[in-house]
Amino acid sequence: MSPEDVRKELSEWLDANWDPNRPLIEWRNILVDGGWAAASWPEDSYGRGFDVRQMAVVNDVFSEKGIVGAAQAGPRRLAAETILAHGNTDQKKRFLRPILTGEHAWTQLFSEPGSGSDLAGASTKAELIDGKWIVNGQKVWNTSAHHADWGILVARTDWDLPKHQGLSYFLINLKQSGVEVRPLKQMNGHASFNEVFMTDAEVAAEDMLGTEGEGWAIATTTLSIERQGFARGRNQRSPREAKEGSIYVEFAEELAIANEPYSWYPQREGRPDLVMKRAMDTGAINDPVVRQEMAKLMSMSRAAQLAAKSAAAIRKAGSNEVVPAGSIGKLGASVIARQSAHVHTMISGADAMLSGSDSAEAGVIAETLVSVPAISIAGGTDEIQKNIISERVLGMPKEQRMDTGPFRDIKRN
Amino acid sequence: MTEYTQDQETFRDVVARFLQAKSTPADVRRLMDTDEGFDRAVWQQLCREVGLAGTHIPEEYGGFGFGPVELGIAAEEMGRYLYCSPFLSSSVMAGYAILNGASEANRQKLLPEIASGSTIATLVLDSVNAPEQVGRQLRATGNELDGAAPIVTDAHVADLLIVVAEGKEGLDLFSIASDADGVAIHAQDALDTTRKLSRVVLSGAVADKIGHLSEAGLEKTWNQISVALAHEMIGGAQQLFDSTLEYTKVRVQFGRPIGSFQALKHRCADLLLALEWAKAVTHHAAFCLCAGEEPETASMAKAMASDVYMEAARAAVQLRGGIGFTWEEDTHLWYKRAKASEVFMGSPHMHRERLLSQIEEAS
Repeated sequence: MSPEDVRKELSEWLDANWDPNRPLIEWRNILVDGGWAAASWPEDSYGRGFDVRQMAVVNDVFSEKGIVGAAQAGPRRLAAETILAHGNTDQKKRFLRPILTGEHAWTQLFSEPGSGSDLAGASTKAELIDGKWIVNGQKVWNTSAHHADWGILVARTDWDLPKHQGLSYFLINLKQSGVEVRPLKQMNGHASFNEVFMTDAEVAAEDMLGTEGEGWAIATTTLSIERQGFARGRNQRSPREAKEGSIYVEFAEELAIANEPYSWYPQREGRPDLVMKRAMDTGAINDPVVRQEMAKLMSMSRAAQLAAKSAAAIRKAGSNEVVPAGSIGKLGASVIARQSAHVHTMISGADAMLSGSDSAEAGVIAETLVSVPAISIAGGTDEIQKNIISERVLGMPKEQRMDTGPFRDIKRN
Repeated sequence: MTEYTQDQETFRDVVARFLQAKSTPADVRRLMDTDEGFDRAVWQQLCREVGLAGTHIPEEYGGFGFGPVELGIAAEEMGRYLYCSPFLSSSVMAGYAILNGASEANRQKLLPEIASGSTIATLVLDSVNAPEQVGRQLRATGNELDGAAPIVTDAHVADLLIVVAEGKEGLDLFSIASDADGVAIHAQDALDTTRKLSRVVLSGAVADKIGHLSEAGLEKTWNQISVALAHEMIGGAQQLFDSTLEYTKVRVQFGRPIGSFQALKHRCADLLLALEWAKAVTHHAAFCLCAGEEPETASMAKAMASDVYMEAARAAVQLRGGIGFTWEEDTHLWYKRAKASEVFMGSPHMHRERLLSQIEEAS
């Protein structure tokens, strides 16, 4: 379908169906049935198989007309894309629609206190008892878990196999008595994440994604989607300008909840966008040493934009090197964030000792300085990204492993 | 955007295949020990068969009529193979200066011979540090030139010198035969012997005034040369990166390939990121020259390419260990080119200051 045809068909469909005073969920169900909630998805999963060019038109039309689209904010996208890639027909049918309509919020249950970078070392246990999976263990760094309905969970189903082979991937209902969620306060004062404790929590047999032992392979799909998000930067849509219609009120409430944990995310990227303004305001623009560091930062930022574009072009041309492209981009984002925090510190001087609403940019600079360490850790540390880049992109030999053989015999925390 | 067409990729293949055969490390070593420093027969063949000397010179002046993108492609491959030739001096530097500053009649007269390779020219700048320093040493009184240019590439083999000198009304452009009265060319010992340097002294030398180089014209020329040089540098950096990576996979110590050690892996990953960034900006800068957009990307490219070339060169020596510091190993050939290119036509810090000023002015 040509971009012109996409525009015409979508516009006609919207003219017939869009009503800003419909209840939010009801509207999104109509959107799903019309095939416009996720047009890039395959036709058998509510989509139209649209390519990047066709999707650009869809997004343009939605934005021009101020249409509320499918629910996207928060970790639900990770769940949706993973289910799309690995789910069976029944799972896609049951789980994808409520994700698109916003009825179900999701969280990611991967990291554990004992396995951070070494994600495949997870020791949360899932046992099949009387036709149900019984889960015991603790997860951590679970964004939005406190208002999630479901979780994507990696747990160990076999302790005698090597560690990567003994994991399975589950879709777990969090609204049950065996699941307890506690907030986790970070060094920047926010509490965007949670700890999730599972004690004899239950998962129905049909809610395993893929087959037993396939957990690691499926988790790498989720991680790769997550890394692309880091490289691209979050694209959380803020509430639209005040428009007439009850649906905008509902949508704004949904976004406020979903986006709350991410309020400081721009700061972890170092806020390079504020550098020129701060340098002008403070007069630091006249310091030749600051100017050198600013120029380095601006060059890096421009380079990262350009490199991301050519990576997208390469992917479009049919390469499937998605994981490494994400890793290079994520590593780059860390380098830029550190350089930006460095420049902000030079610009502020002793004022960088202050925080709170009276400090520079109403506290945004102070929050930046204590938030940038997150970007080189979350979603796989810089060190892990460098391992991935060197081994998978550059083909360097793997280091000798100390964690082979049955998982139960491996040294762990 | 920075995507090459099929024709451009084919052009790259043609240049690369030629240089792979004609500019092996053994060829480079042989030529760097000669006074001339390049192989005339190979250069003439490259001009005749590929038309390389006229890559970016418009067809009306006898060139190929390609732009900065194709010029960049050629320069990148020359950097990779460390090709010894007067290409940068004659086609890029003198060529661009004439295009930007010479009168129409002088372009008609001078460019076809440069484009065909039958004349070797070079650009005589009294400063190769920063554009604002140009014209402080070379003075023009009428058609008479006086002063010295301490660092001029390939003057020892040039037939023609294109001289930028300060006249009554700013910078003027002159041409003079290299064997004319009042012209003295003293060969300098260069750190990088694959690109020969001379000190050019002019004492009442009578030249042809071929045009005027405005401040904007000089800035543009400087940008064009910087972008071509940046391409040459990322080509060299890529070559060093590739060969070093290969070495870490085959060199065994402590019973394992050294590339399996995380310290080396992480260094290579960092270098890949820096190289991808420098390549992205450098390729984009050539497209910007074509489109007349984002002039600051030229300095951005030169600074980033300089830094990454040296970073790759340091890693290339360091990761090879002792063998990397020997004369026998080829790495030092590129290391020296990296060091010389880092400071030629402006150091990274000059270019960073320049790009920041340009961004400031634009905002």
